[in-house]
Amino acid sequence: MSIKETVNIARSGWMEPGAPAGDIVVSSRVRVARNLSGFSFPHLLDREKAEQVIHGVQLALDNAGMQERLEITRMAELSPVERQILVEKHLISPDLLQDHEKKAVALRDDEVISIMINEEDHLRIQCLLPGLQLEKAWELVNRVDDGLEKTLDYAFSETFGYLTACPTNAGTGMRASVMLHLPGLVLVDQIRAVLTTISKLGFTVRGLYGEGTEALGNLFQISNQVTMGHSEEEIINSLNSVTGQLLAQEREARKALLRERREQLEDRVGRSYGILKYAHVLSSEEAMRRISDVRLGLDLNLVAGISMDRLVELIVKTRPAYLIKQHGGDLTPTQRDILRAEIIRKEFNREV
Amino acid sequence: MLCERCGERPATVYYTEVVNNKQKKMQLCEVCARQMQSEGFGFFPQMNLHNFLASFWNQVSGMQQPIAPKTREEAACPTCGTPESFFAQKGLFGCGDCYRHFGERLEPLMRRIHGSSAHTGKVPRRTGGKVRLARQIDGLKAQLREAVAREEFEKAAELRDEIRKLEQEL
Repeated sequence: MSIKETVNIARSGWMEPGAPAGDIVVSSRVRVARNLSGFSFPHLLDREKAEQVIHGVQLALDNAGMQERLEITRMAELSPVERQILVEKHLISPDLLQDHEKKAVALRDDEVISIMINEEDHLRIQCLLPGLQLEKAWELVNRVDDGLEKTLDYAFSETFGYLTACPTNAGTGMRASVMLHLPGLVLVDQIRAVLTTISKLGFTVRGLYGEGTEALGNLFQISNQVTMGHSEEEIINSLNSVTGQLLAQEREARKALLRERREQLEDRVGRSYGILKYAHVLSSEEAMRRISDVRLGLDLNLVAGISMDRLVELIVKTRPAYLIKQHGGDLTPTQRDILRAEIIRKEFNREV
Repeated sequence: MLCERCGERPATVYYTEVVNNKQKKMQLCEVCARQMQSEGFGFFPQMNLHNFLASFWNQVSGMQQPIAPKTREEAACPTCGTPESFFAQKGLFGCGDCYRHFGERLEPLMRRIHGSSAHTGKVPRRTGGKVRLARQIDGLKAQLREAVAREEFEKAAELRDEIRKLEQEL
């Protein structure tokens, strides 16, 4: 799949159905930061030096002896809307959009592995998989990292490990995260207590689509806070065990809801299903909220008629940049809400 | 405008919190914002991580104020030329060598950020050759101690030979 296809298709490797704990864990992500020795960190590079870094990564990829190809695309080759779509698909971070003429991304065909080049660090190697698969994500990242290191000299210190532009990433340079759908805990009013506990254990909690606290659609991202003093495996293990706890709590909450508030729950799911199926104007917030309800309904067998992976795909399909791309031109917010409702309606009224 | 929480200090931070899908926006002073953060699970977009780093740095370097520019000869990284004040303001180093040049004061900073100032994870194969060996030896030594404690002397002898072999490579 070429980058042009990537920005035209909402579907991505991390949406494949049937993943472990896929009812609650939407995706698992592992990302490591690496820098080249002999080069200043990206924020100090001029365009020529930045290009040398990109070129170096290209050579290293050719040399890595990996089965799968990762293809490099310079950010400047893409339109602003196309770049934004890569963010909406979680393949790159919003930071890669600033100063874009110095930046590039290498993508594997199935979009499971991506390497951001000249973001805050020279390389950010990331793997994004559906469901709870942190070990596998680390294994894949580790392999790409080993492959690249055959050619590239990394900035590394015995004491501080992998050296990064910001010292909060030094050491392993690793950030592991899971994206969780936790409507049960939100509905039984436990979410705050649970998340407070988690933050005390050294994890960061964020809302979907990055940096704000807004937990759109009951989606929460949990990631490790510190990157030094623990090995990669230890970081993965502790995130795994915290996620296991959260899974158990969310399942308990859902059971309690079914036991004590079944009608209200069915009503909520049914209403949201109806709105998604028949509405003609939908804001992004409402769409996310309704999709979350239907997703919960699917998990609990309260509703049928759409598959889980198509629901997840709808989240990306109804983000602003993707809508503009599909429409082929600018849209006012109202036009966007109308188009969003139309896409969702079509999906919900499709023969299954 | 004054902080909505204490009503004393000026509000400098825009604080957004989402609880049970209800959004609450507040304008707070930094002191209250910090307290709110430690109470809640939140993360504020407006509270810049790099500012925190800078204040850590200034504390570990025993400075009350960020360095006034160009007062006197300022420490700078000889490789990339990044002056200390840049780090104190932006929280970003300029290159890998900065870690060596700002060395001493980095340790307390790392401990403050990570609770540790020593990397124990992956070591790159090529560039980290020696470190890798040393790590491997440490691991074998730990196994050796265990073997001795369990009185598995044959295994201990094997481990000892292996350690010797690796130590010669160092």
